[in-house]
Amino acid sequence: MSEQMSDDDERQQSPPSDLDFTSNKARTCIVTGSVSGHTEFQSPYPDQVLENVLENVLHFLTSRRDRNTASLVCKSWYRVEALTRSELFIGNCYAVSPARATARFTRVRALHLKGRPRFADFNLMPPDWGAHFNPWVLAFAKACPWLEKVYLKRMSVTDDDLATLAESFLGFKELVLVCCDGFGTSGLSIFVSKCRQLKVLDLIESEVSDDETDWILCFPEGESHLESLIFDCVEYPINFEALERLVARSPSLKKLKLNRYVSIGQLYRLMVQAPQLTHLGTGSFSPSEIAGQGDQEPDYVTAFAACKSLVCLSGFREIIPDYLPAIYPICANLTSLNFSYANITAEQLKPIISNCHKLQVFWVLDSICDEGLQAVAATCKELRELRVFPVDAREDSDGPVSEIGFQAISEGCRKLQSILYFCQRMTNAAVIAMSRNCPDLVVFRLCIMGRHRPDHVTGEPMDDGFGAIVMNCKKLTRLAVSGLLTDKAFDYIGRYGKLVRTLSVAFAGDSDMALKYVLEGCPQLQKLEIRDSPFGDAALCSGLHHYYNMRFLWMSSCRLTYQGCQQIARAMPRLVVEVIRSADEEEMDVCVQTLYMYRSLEGPRNDAPKFVTIL
Amino acid sequence: MESGCSKKLLDLIPQEKKWGFIENQNGISHGSSEEKKLELKLGPPGEEDEPLVSFGYFSSMKSNAKQAHNKFPPAQEDHRGGAVLTASWAKNHHHQPKPPNCSQKRTAPGPVVGWPPIRSFRKNLATTSKLASESPTSLPHKVAIERKPAAPETRGKGLFVKINMEGVPIGRKVDLKSYDSYEKLSTAVDELFRGLLAAQRDPSADGPKQEEEKVITGVLDGNGEYTLVYEDNEGDRMLVGDVPWHMFVSTVKRLRVLKSSELSVINLGSSKKGKMVQN
Repeated sequence: MSEQMSDDDERQQSPPSDLDFTSNKARTCIVTGSVSGHTEFQSPYPDQVLENVLENVLHFLTSRRDRNTASLVCKSWYRVEALTRSELFIGNCYAVSPARATARFTRVRALHLKGRPRFADFNLMPPDWGAHFNPWVLAFAKACPWLEKVYLKRMSVTDDDLATLAESFLGFKELVLVCCDGFGTSGLSIFVSKCRQLKVLDLIESEVSDDETDWILCFPEGESHLESLIFDCVEYPINFEALERLVARSPSLKKLKLNRYVSIGQLYRLMVQAPQLTHLGTGSFSPSEIAGQGDQEPDYVTAFAACKSLVCLSGFREIIPDYLPAIYPICANLTSLNFSYANITAEQLKPIISNCHKLQVFWVLDSICDEGLQAVAATCKELRELRVFPVDAREDSDGPVSEIGFQAISEGCRKLQSILYFCQRMTNAAVIAMSRNCPDLVVFRLCIMGRHRPDHVTGEPMDDGFGAIVMNCKKLTRLAVSGLLTDKAFDYIGRYGKLVRTLSVAFAGDSDMALKYVLEGCPQLQKLEIRDSPFGDAALCSGLHHYYNMRFLWMSSCRLTYQGCQQIARAMPRLVVEVIRSADEEEMDVCVQTLYMYRSLEGPRNDAPKFVTIL
Repeated sequence: MESGCSKKLLDLIPQEKKWGFIENQNGISHGSSEEKKLELKLGPPGEEDEPLVSFGYFSSMKSNAKQAHNKFPPAQEDHRGGAVLTASWAKNHHHQPKPPNCSQKRTAPGPVVGWPPIRSFRKNLATTSKLASESPTSLPHKVAIERKPAAPETRGKGLFVKINMEGVPIGRKVDLKSYDSYEKLSTAVDELFRGLLAAQRDPSADGPKQEEEKVITGVLDGNGEYTLVYEDNEGDRMLVGDVPWHMFVSTVKRLRVLKSSELSVINLGSSKKGKMVQN
């Protein structure tokens, strides 16, 4: 769950991860090709010794920020760093080509790629926009056969790609797919059957199509090396008996997250086989209809009690709250609890949460109401991350949580670092209180679901609340704003949000000034996503000095024109400026529906679909 | 997306804010300005609509807002406010921002695509959980959570499906849950597209229309100029009206309004009544 929980891995490195690709020094190095090391730099013997020493030393550098910096020291360091980098992170798969990446980093063991922009998750972009894994897997298959680990986020992966992965990399160990699509159970079948060394297969929030292939059965017989198997997003039944046998022969299994087609009775059988689990996703947490009423219910409490190492619990996809007491034995050990699919009340939550003293990560539905949040605040003093999702995700629905629960959390959970809170009403006072009570906040995402909604007590815009957050939370790197916001809010962000790297804006601001404040004021800004806000071409121009430092800018349903975007494209040759329209619109309008632009060493991509125009 | 230019809801609300700002430019600070308090109106200007969010103290603002509405130029460029505000720092820029000349589009109150920002597999929670707690033995009611972006979105209780009309570049979305019969859907098609179609036929119409808006009828029986067609969950194109309404709702992914004269050319999928019964 750690991959899911902390998607702000940018914390590990403050300059952009591919900074070395775009800085002038590195650019020259790359332009001359990997050959530069040999032809231009004849190394006499003493320097060879230095390089060997350097290689041994640089092996210990793990942080990619440090590595990026080291590679800029001189050509020798650049070359050695490239040889010793084992984990390659590419935040935008179109920023650099697979060929370039494999040419520079020849000994990569782990590849981490991100594709689509985040707003694509909310249907703001037609499907088949791009971010294909295929060219990457092919390039790496040829150049880096000792690749062991692949982590993809928001990419399109085909069954063929999965087959290539399994066939080209003999020691392949870990595959993590987050918010990916394009593949199905047949691809999974080939993959698991051929990866004999597989330790990790994590499918997280990905779309898996049902090709009616029994992929669980395809795991090879004999002892398995599996340490983590996560498939809670697979929306089709799996072969339970095969899974049971697999778990029984996987002594190293620590993480198991089941999908909603696994009943609580089946969960019991698995837990009995694997009491060593540290991370468990419980599946449906309700009985199947096959279990007759007269049958003896298994002793769920004992099964949970036997899992002494369990620290992370999730699932509860179709929870019958009557079964909740089964988890009492392990509450005291839990550091992470995900109830975000469990429509439970405050009363049902209280007996659980009152025992969760060590809880650091808590995801929940707003069905627990302010009262439930107060209970959390009363007990969970170690809480670092809270996410409150809406049961009813509409603008005009009832709001069971409000500023009351929000403020209670701020008062009880002083160590809070990350919050995502969906609500229907909020006050500046509560947000200001949180800014003072929780100074360690790194991620602040507040979603007041009604568009343009002001402070519901004072009627004021929410400017002051968000202003206080950027002023008082000095470690803040990620911010998402909502509610009624004037340009003033953005003035605050530009003035105080000096560490902000990711900013999400929707239905906010009055004029171009708002965007200007942010682009001119936030030097660390890397990812800016804006929708339905009145920012036009002039505002866009105000960021010209900064766009090469950013990973991307997304602006949809704003006031941009083709001309404005063309200007940017002409002024900045290393930016790829994509104008995206709805898939079914054939006509080009004066107005730009969606602008997505990002720095890239490669120029316009050649796999753009017809609804994308690259300026 | 429904419009190429986001000119529906967005036009009205920021514009009202801008008007407020301009009027109070002399001395009145941001926060305390009465006009700053936003009147949330979701209809086209001049219409008597309920605000989306009705707070008690907003009722006094209604008269102000109505005034603003009358001032608001309906069919023209919506950037007067924008032009005034950006004028001050436009001086610092070499190029004058040219406001996009997007004609006023009809605003439809209601949900917006991708808002609130919840991924589709997190939706429908009320239904799945509720069903589970009501009938513990009826697990087969597992609601298949639709996650393909092109498929209909179900937010809470709505079922939104895209609908396009031949010859009209702007697509719309309909909430099939708000109709219970084909007749009502047919009426909705007329309501959604009549104005747009007329605008397409006579785009220069400004002032008294030269051509009356033609009512769109006969989309179900093949007698009208247009016919309603849909794409089902297997990707086939089918004529609307063959199967019982609830079956249609469970398999429809997309709607199209096509010219009846072109229908023979279009490859319609064979009737899949047999398969649908298995739903």
